[in-house]
Amino acid sequence: MRIIKARDISRVVSELAQEANFVLRKDVWAALKEALRKETNQRARSLWKAIIENATLAKNQKLAICQDTGLPIVFVELGQDVKIEGNLKVAIIKGIAAGYKKGYLRNSIVAHPLKRGRPCYRPPIIHIDIIKGTRLKLTVLPKGFGCENKSKLKMFEPTADTKEIKQFILDSVKEAGPDACPPFIVGVGIGGTADYAMLLAKKALLQPIRRSQALASKRLEKELLRQINQLNIGPMGLGGRTTCLGVNIETYPTHIAGLPVAVNISCHALRSASKII
Amino acid sequence: MKRIFLPLSKEIIKNLKAAEELLLNGIIYTARDQAHKRLVEAIKKRKKLPIDLKNQVIYYCGPTPTPKGRVIGSCGPTTAARLDKFTPDLLKAGVRGMIGKGRRSDKVKAAIKKYKAVYFLAPAGLGALLSTKVKSKELVAYPELGPEAIYRLKVRDFPVIVGIDAKGKDKTVSS
Repeated sequence: MRIIKARDISRVVSELAQEANFVLRKDVWAALKEALRKETNQRARSLWKAIIENATLAKNQKLAICQDTGLPIVFVELGQDVKIEGNLKVAIIKGIAAGYKKGYLRNSIVAHPLKRGRPCYRPPIIHIDIIKGTRLKLTVLPKGFGCENKSKLKMFEPTADTKEIKQFILDSVKEAGPDACPPFIVGVGIGGTADYAMLLAKKALLQPIRRSQALASKRLEKELLRQINQLNIGPMGLGGRTTCLGVNIETYPTHIAGLPVAVNISCHALRSASKII
Repeated sequence: MKRIFLPLSKEIIKNLKAAEELLLNGIIYTARDQAHKRLVEAIKKRKKLPIDLKNQVIYYCGPTPTPKGRVIGSCGPTTAARLDKFTPDLLKAGVRGMIGKGRRSDKVKAAIKKYKAVYFLAPAGLGALLSTKVKSKELVAYPELGPEAIYRLKVRDFPVIVGIDAKGKDKTVSS
């Protein structure tokens, strides 16, 4: 049994919230630079440069990469042999509020979806997974709502073919178009239940872009990436060779009667930061 | 790149063409969802508005809090489509320019044409970079809305692209 203090969790969550909002992920940097290298459209080229300049400025001056610092989502992988001294969820909520305040990040949360009210810093969305061992892994994903608003779910029939699924994903990207800050990273969840497919799609965004893996979905990811890039949406939706920096698909067993497919799009500022305690 | 000095005049607007890149200089006002809702409610009830909208430019933006030593925090554009339902009323009330990201509805396009206004696209997701183009920031209305309050911003060489011009020509998407 290993003991972890709640206040240490708060401190780490606060640091991760700031890091995620100030420092663009390495895999996203690399994908942006590659997109600039490949681009032939002059306007798109200057936009790629501006996106990279923005990320550099944000990192160097500890400024939010984007003013939409998102609805923060905290993923927790908690080893079953860990004992938390204090309240885990309260520690996370406090950590997010402290980090957002300290980092001058935007208070974008309203207390009630219908009554709205004054925007504040709490609560984040928290997902907790129990794993084996004595590790505690914390990940903060600030998800902006320009792209979150474009999320899609479709319950396909179990006999649906891959072509239909691909079309649904392509249509979702087309609909997001210039509104959701392209170039995108497209998270896809296939399987499970309606709610679980959505969670898989979100978790897919945490995976490195274009990871090398031997999954059955690898081919589908590559085909979708190629097809999405043919849409010529480009940076800001004004055209260009790259519309999508990566497609990540996560799958899970499902029911004999169903085939849920969820799409969760991220804008070019895909931000997340993790730490293992 | 062509520099535009605000406020907009009929003459300036007439010469703007969709897809043209510009640098804006002068005063713009931030307003997003909740501020739009309030402004349009006030217009409909014939109440006094907190700002004179005549010939003004509205920026669809909710900045992050201002870090110490800076003028403003990160301050990029938000999705314009969410404000489509309010835009014709604001154009009727005198607004002549909007800055946002993404597409507009057919109704908004028709209203832009009718009132001879313009919709600008600001580079999306580049809030840190755009913060360096803002020279002053002043709260003017609805402080209780926090980041959704109306701020008067003085901008210098703020980069935009004409998305929809006064003739209704739309370049918000690649064709």
